[in-house]
Amino acid sequence: MGKTIAEKILGRHAGHELRAGDFVLAKVDVMMGNDGSLPLVFEASRKIREFVVRSPERTIMVLDHYCPSPSKEVSRLQEEVRGFASKYGCVLYDCGEGICHRLIPENGHVLPGMLVVGADSHTVTYGALNLFATGVGSTDLAVAMNWGMLWFHVPKTIRIHIEGTLPPGLYAKDVALHIVGSMGSSGAASRAIEFGGSAIDEMDIEGRFTLCNMMVEMGAETAIMPFDEMTHGWLERLKIKGDYEPVKADDDAGTEREISYEISRLEPQIAFPHEVDNVRPVSDARGIPIGMAFLGTCTNGGPEDLRIAAGILKKGRVHRGVQLIVSPASRRVVEEALADGSYQILVESGAMVNCPGCGPCVGAHGGVPGDNVNVLSTANRNFLGRMGNREANIYLSSPATLAASALMGEITDPREFLA
Amino acid sequence: MGVAHKFGDNINTDYIIASKRKRDTVDPHKLAQYLMEDIRPGFGPQVKGGDFLVAGSNFGCGSAMEIAPLVVMAAGIRAVIAKSYARSFYRNAINLGLLVLEADTDPIDDGDDLDVDQSGLIHNLTKGEEIQTRPFPSLIREILHAGGIIPYMERKFAKATP
Repeated sequence: MGKTIAEKILGRHAGHELRAGDFVLAKVDVMMGNDGSLPLVFEASRKIREFVVRSPERTIMVLDHYCPSPSKEVSRLQEEVRGFASKYGCVLYDCGEGICHRLIPENGHVLPGMLVVGADSHTVTYGALNLFATGVGSTDLAVAMNWGMLWFHVPKTIRIHIEGTLPPGLYAKDVALHIVGSMGSSGAASRAIEFGGSAIDEMDIEGRFTLCNMMVEMGAETAIMPFDEMTHGWLERLKIKGDYEPVKADDDAGTEREISYEISRLEPQIAFPHEVDNVRPVSDARGIPIGMAFLGTCTNGGPEDLRIAAGILKKGRVHRGVQLIVSPASRRVVEEALADGSYQILVESGAMVNCPGCGPCVGAHGGVPGDNVNVLSTANRNFLGRMGNREANIYLSSPATLAASALMGEITDPREFLA
Repeated sequence: MGVAHKFGDNINTDYIIASKRKRDTVDPHKLAQYLMEDIRPGFGPQVKGGDFLVAGSNFGCGSAMEIAPLVVMAAGIRAVIAKSYARSFYRNAINLGLLVLEADTDPIDDGDDLDVDQSGLIHNLTKGEEIQTRPFPSLIREILHAGGIIPYMERKFAKATP
């Protein structure tokens, strides 16, 4: 029997043959932590005798959750991160550079075939570049930093085939919400997901990031895209160099199950409060009034997302009574949006543009919704209290649906704004 | 020997220790008195060293923060016994050296006296029954035996003494 991508990548890093179900120690290529997780990692590191950072150039620290700092307590912990990074020579992205899950791939820290861990559940995002990336705990990250390896339970693989062509006005986010809605919040628990199919072949890397990012919402350990011309082209465009070996599953790989989706007739999708898998077509949400619209996050804060939103927002002004908040995913995203004019359109439409980072997604700062306010967000989670107020209702959508809804003041089908 | 404290399915990490308690302190020993308080008020102080937490499927779902297994350990819980675990809770528990057994927990009732032997077999002393647990793979057994991932790695990769 052949091997899945997960079995191949973990096998290469463990240095021996392995199968789904095995427990192994494997070498880790890149380690990541952010200001949300690092304080606990530092605490775990103090339990290790003669702690060292084995590969500081491959240990990346990002200040993104709380930027600029909203309080002296946060400033204190961010100082701690800066001090640690400087003491051990780790790579540091300071406040304002952007979200870890954008910066890590964008700056060429991860390449096809790698094994990557991050103390943040959305580390799965990097699988879009044909690699195994997964979220781990704080002791895990401290162990990986000190010894360069970690234990893994080799996951079983679910293959998801996405066939057809996305209709106009629909995007990878709609596909991601549709999959999470149909498989449920534990539908891929502890599994690796491998993507394939004609719609994946046509999907650019930005869309693949969005799709991989959301697979953790159904419990996936990792989500991996094929390596193809899209991957190669994206790496070239960002001038990312390095030796890498793409990974392909064997034709007779032992996958646990295969699921197919045909998306040619899909409607824009909305996740209703307060669960990510509570997904319905936009026609069921039409007319729900919104008081806040949030464009950004590691799911949809990329240059393409801002462009798509600007393409709709240029047709009007943000509806009275709606606060449109934008948090670009990185400084480079801001630069691209300035260069192509979408930044100006966002501002002129009435948007408040935050500095690059996680923004209001985790409810710490940058736009906390009021009581009974309906929020439409391009994020990946809509749990009760997620944005800092248990009395608010969070709906999730694509950037296009968000932009159309911001103009109308209520949840709106973006296809009304086509052409 | 210890007492079984029985809970249902999908016990999330916020139930294990409520977020509002973590604002004041993250010291597991101080937080242990609030174990499961949202779903069973007054539970923490009733737990005695050596007791067991017994639950259904998907125990420890929700946030991946290590504070949840740390509080369970600080409360003196000898082992968690559940039908299944959320991935992150399972990883964190193994890393910290908390015994997390997988078994059919339906035959165990709240208040039963339990014991678990070296082989991982659960003895229900109240009912006179034995319950098999899913055997640990050798790597996990070694990590637990060492007392968690840090002592395991320290032993495995011990620097050569001059």
